Amino acid sequence: MSLNRREFLGLTAVAALATPGLRLVELAQARAPEETATKLQRWGLLIDAAKCADGCDACVTACHVENGVTGHNRPATDPQWIRKVKIKDRQTGYVQTLPLMCQHCEHPPCVDVCPTGASFKRADGIVLVDKHICIGCRYCMMACPYKARSFIHEDTKDQKPHAPRGKGTVESCTLCVHKVDRGDNTTACAEACKKEGHEAILFGDLNDAGSEIRKRLASAPSTQLRPDLKLNTGVRYTGL
Amino acid sequence: MHIHYRSIEGRSVGFLALLGLLGAIVAVGLGAALYMEHNGHWLTGMTNQIVWGMPHVFAVFLIVAASGALNVASIASVFGRQMYKPLSRLSGLLAITLLVGGLAVLVLDLGRPDRLTVAMTYYNFKSIFAWNIFLYIGFLLVVAAYLWIMMERRMNDYSKPVGVFAFTWRLILTTGTGSIFGFLVARSAYDTAVLAPMFIVFSFAYGLAIFLLVLMAAMAWTGRAFGDAVFARLRNLLGVFIAGAFYFVLVYHLTNLYITERHGIEAFILRDGGQFTAAFWLGQVIVGYVAPFAIVYSRLGRSRAMVALAAVLVVLGGIAQMYVTIIGGQAYPMPLFADKDIIESSFFDGQVAAYTPSLPELLLGVGGIGIALIATTFAVKVLPFLPASLADADADPHYKPEAA
Repeated sequence: MSLNRREFLGLTAVAALATPGLRLVELAQARAPEETATKLQRWGLLIDAAKCADGCDACVTACHVENGVTGHNRPATDPQWIRKVKIKDRQTGYVQTLPLMCQHCEHPPCVDVCPTGASFKRADGIVLVDKHICIGCRYCMMACPYKARSFIHEDTKDQKPHAPRGKGTVESCTLCVHKVDRGDNTTACAEACKKEGHEAILFGDLNDAGSEIRKRLASAPSTQLRPDLKLNTGVRYTGL
Repeated sequence: MHIHYRSIEGRSVGFLALLGLLGAIVAVGLGAALYMEHNGHWLTGMTNQIVWGMPHVFAVFLIVAASGALNVASIASVFGRQMYKPLSRLSGLLAITLLVGGLAVLVLDLGRPDRLTVAMTYYNFKSIFAWNIFLYIGFLLVVAAYLWIMMERRMNDYSKPVGVFAFTWRLILTTGTGSIFGFLVARSAYDTAVLAPMFIVFSFAYGLAIFLLVLMAAMAWTGRAFGDAVFARLRNLLGVFIAGAFYFVLVYHLTNLYITERHGIEAFILRDGGQFTAAFWLGQVIVGYVAPFAIVYSRLGRSRAMVALAAVLVVLGGIAQMYVTIIGGQAYPMPLFADKDIIESSFFDGQVAAYTPSLPELLLGVGGIGIALIATTFAVKVLPFLPASLADADADPHYKPEAA
């Protein structure tokens, strides 16, 4: 088959128009459940400390309800996937509050140190613990700069099918991976914060140029916690 | 020169009593592990703040001491000092038994010790813990081979190359143990390469102290000669190792005191840390370095009982050192914000973590020492690990009695 000049140009134009279009469709759609996570996404959170309300812990409650994280009223050993902290500027005395959780690092120290590979990072940036091969050595807890992880010190009850927990293993924020995989495009903490009217937590895909999180990160200054460690966290903060 | 080795008879009431005592310590330790395992770690002093407690203090101490215990054999085979040759077998034996004791404690304190097979079959090769599994198992095999070569006369010629290999392996092993902490960027007390060589020098002191105590007991209780010259050599070596350990501690702290970022952790350990400050100054420095050093290099060092006391003090100081390093290092809050203090948190951020060792943890740790000692006691009965005599003239071919 031979093409004349007009046909060739026409096909080229169609191809040129179609290719980026296909790319956009591909990025915009949530992947099907049977598909594996890919590097096309980098899930993360943007936390606006300026909007985080003192005395509100809706995000903490929502997370623990969503994931069945229950304790035994023993603060030193009960797990916490997310917590609120109040910080005070050493020079000026300025006080603010913010939520802290697993920062879902690109280079997670917990994954580096885990002897069995139970601590792992999904292709889409979510850092998780494989409960089947965690031996409970707690080295990840020694290594995490954010104190994001909890050891399950005693028997658990009221587990959720999507968040298995077991005595003697380590756990932490999963970035509501079950909701992400379902295509909810949000986390329990972000939903709860929005419901309270604060909108201090925004979930999204850091790789997607069209996503709100990416747009906000691109338009205003933000920071990572312990940026000196160069872990490239998936959780970012503004208003700090 | 030919050295005679002889296993101990092991039929005396004393021997059986010793086995019984050590067996009881091991049984109690295992019971404590079962208790913690069954109920969960919440019963211990360990929390989400102090994730490694007393079991790690004892386990890491024993593992470090194990590599150090091999030094005596290395001095003979690698550095060619004849006098240390009769001591080589016991040195290799203690290297194995102390390591087994330490590893047992480490494994029994896991959240899921039943998943030991997982630890042996799933490896993340970026993890220093995973490297250490290979280093520990390899060490046991290398030292076992080394012992066989020393005991099998046909193989004696290979003792130098195998000794060099074992010595190299042990240096790498202790580098690995120190780096468990050295590689941790999160915490102010760690994140430094000096921990690796520091642990090596600690191992020299801890290993020799335990070696000396076991040797003194074994020789005395079996009525074997232990010459003054041989004894003096080991005593002086202990003094050198104590000084070396102190030097590294000095370098570590002086470096941190220079670096502004680390002033917080230094103030905590050296001045404001309560139990950790006490453990550092009284335990690690006074009991671990100053007192035994003073004994060894003063007239007190002429008394064997005092030197034995010095060795006990080195062991106690070593346990205090591990307590300060491991638990003190975790108790100091992590620096989450460069210029802000955390003034409120439900998860104890920004606060010094409380820690009180619980009895089961302590019993498990002591149980590890029990495992090491009962294995040693049993081994010297079944195989000829101990020299028949350490009389100066028997041990050292170059020994010349001083003119009276």
